[in-house]
Amino acid sequence: MYDIKALYEAESVEDAIRLLQEHPQAQIIAGGSDVLVQIREGKRAGVELVSIYGIDALRGVCYDEEGAIRIGSLTSFSHIAADPIIREQIPVLGEAVSLVGGPQIRNIGTIGGNTCNGVTSADSASTLFAWDAIVELTGPEGIRHLPIREFYIKAGVVDLKPAEVQTAILIPKSSYEGYFGNYIKYAMREAMDIANLGCSVNVALSEDRKVIRDARIAYGVAGPVPMRTPSAEALAKGQELSEETIGKVARAVLQDIHPRDSWRAAKAFREHIAVEIAKRALRQSILLGGGVIRE
Amino acid sequence: MSKQYKLIRCRINGKEREAMIDVRASLTDLLRNDFRLTSVKKGCEVGECGACNVLINGECFNSCIYLAIWADGKDILTLEGLEGPDGELSDIQQAFIDEAAVQCGFCTPGAIMSAVEILNEGRELSDEEIRIRMSGHLCRCTGYENIFRAVKKTMLARLAAAEKNK
Ligand code: FES
Ligand code: FES
Repeated sequence: MYDIKALYEAESVEDAIRLLQEHPQAQIIAGGSDVLVQIREGKRAGVELVSIYGIDALRGVCYDEEGAIRIGSLTSFSHIAADPIIREQIPVLGEAVSLVGGPQIRNIGTIGGNTCNGVTSADSASTLFAWDAIVELTGPEGIRHLPIREFYIKAGVVDLKPAEVQTAILIPKSSYEGYFGNYIKYAMREAMDIANLGCSVNVALSEDRKVIRDARIAYGVAGPVPMRTPSAEALAKGQELSEETIGKVARAVLQDIHPRDSWRAAKAFREHIAVEIAKRALRQSILLGGGVIRE
Repeated sequence: MSKQYKLIRCRINGKEREAMIDVRASLTDLLRNDFRLTSVKKGCEVGECGACNVLINGECFNSCIYLAIWADGKDILTLEGLEGPDGELSDIQQAFIDEAAVQCGFCTPGAIMSAVEILNEGRELSDEEIRIRMSGHLCRCTGYENIFRAVKKTMLARLAAAEKNK
């Protein structure tokens, strides 16, 4: 038995909002792969929960009217990875979430839960940062949209107002059209492990595929929340495709990221890995975009 | 607060079932305590080892981190559901025996249920894919290679049989 004080099941988003208003102390449980484990660990023992897991309307991937990719917040990692829209437009997101935990965890874990935890090591997070994802939040006052960068406030804290539920994650057409991406997770084990560092890169090439039109580089575990690397990105714009460019841009990420020492890895080691995985992810993204890299 | 209960209806190993459950129960609790399906093991109980793995609507879930209330309306399959009408073992169970993939046996039911999910796809997975798909199971007896062989062998045998019946 879990140490749960009370549990309320929401049948719809409106229902969830109402339950959260009636029980202001209650926390939301989606797939529960983090919340239930924390209860077992005694961290949230005695909580009141509002379960949104039964709201099927929050599952699935589709295009919205503006051509943005709309991912329902309860869509599981395995369903994201298998989804035809994701595979066609942003396959890197499927690849990234395929590195979460193990197969059973990917069946229960949801993209909404993964982002609402506000954890920097979430495999989906750096990739969503790279795609300039928009978070859709539904609350008593209606719906609001927030760039994912603003959604993350600090370690473990996201901008979720009282009685608000994250209902979808949107990838605007302008941020996926013409972009190719790659995610690299650096961890000790290939399964059931948390990233020591994760780097997600998107690149758009010029029409003649000779220069980088735009690059977006995002990291997980390089700071308390996932982050982008503005200096490196500015440097990449308009550069020719060469190993020299890749090296230069990758080294520039160190102006933006602040990895720290922890028992998992030392700061110096993380910095070294950060540059190396940025290089590899840049190279791979360029190749996916049909670019040829000069030696 | 007084205890909270919920009536759930679901299908377990092909049979329609009903139970009045404590909302704090995990699906492991429900399957073991209410239905005596003891192939579902309590290992880590935090979703890391896969000993409690069952199929829900055809997909693998660690039942220790799945609330029993969510089972309402679902189709659940445990290892017990694999046996034939006269208690015969299924091909995948026999393969685990033949390949000596069972040592203490604690991880076995969970691992077999992941194998069932793979086999139900009815396609040939690469060695790498099989390893990835079985990666959610810890075997303290470290029989990983034998487990891999049992899964692969059964997959190939089923595909060959399906080919023949075409
Ligand atoms: S007992 Fe459920 S995963 Fe270990
Ligand atoms: S056979 Fe003993 S844990 Fe796997």
